[in-house]
Amino acid sequence: MILGLVALCAPLGDSCLSRGMARLPAITLAHPASLVAAVFTPWIAVGIALLIGFFASYLTALSWADLTFVLPATAFGNVIVALLARFWLQEPISLERWAGIVLITVGVGFVAHGPSLTERPATAIAEEQAR
Amino acid sequence: MTIPFPSAQPSLWAATAMIAAIVLASTAGEVLTAAAMKSIGDLDEIRAHSGLKGAIRAVVTCPLFFAGVSFLALAFFSLLFALNHLDLSLVAPASASLTLVTNAVAGKLFLKENVDRRRWTAAVLVCVGVYFLAH
Repeated sequence: MILGLVALCAPLGDSCLSRGMARLPAITLAHPASLVAAVFTPWIAVGIALLIGFFASYLTALSWADLTFVLPATAFGNVIVALLARFWLQEPISLERWAGIVLITVGVGFVAHGPSLTERPATAIAEEQAR
Repeated sequence: MTIPFPSAQPSLWAATAMIAAIVLASTAGEVLTAAAMKSIGDLDEIRAHSGLKGAIRAVVTCPLFFAGVSFLALAFFSLLFALNHLDLSLVAPASASLTLVTNAVAGKLFLKENVDRRRWTAAVLVCVGVYFLAH
């Protein structure tokens, strides 16, 4: 459930950011304040709301699982977005994209079958806390 | 009505620098955030004992968390900047797949995570998969 929220909110949030930023004039390093102003435009604001949902779920996942477990698992969001585009928006998916979907699914399956957290001996934890 | 502004495509070096900035800032942010969450403990357990406010307090009083969030904010603004100059279909998969690999290395080096053959295989498969998905 938590990893599902992470996987769904991140790509949807990125898509909203992309749509919002593409509608703005080109921003240069000479005017960094315009980046801050972009935050208050509707698409960017929705994107940020989705990314806040992503971050809350992501922090919860990191509190009980390794970073190297959480990150590949959350990449499954790319597959969800591609499948939504195919079956909901009726967008065509090329052979390369199907290959990408299969590779990500197999990769997530690989990591999901292993332990989610690195087990450490009690002595090592005690040493770390004593430092 | 907002009219899309036509911008010149940046050079290969500029595109590489923009993506590298996102990858480096996001790797530093994710490693620091993961270290912070490990030092805090299981948030579900904290919430069961001290409620939602207790869980939020545990997170926001951790200095490592703020260091991580600062780098993630830097990565976010680097992403906004890159999206303004490059296509999402290049920026999102390139930064996501490279970040997976740099995080696997950083997780092993700094967080002492057990990145075994299974996790390396998963990282590489997902990395190549994200690349294919974007083309």
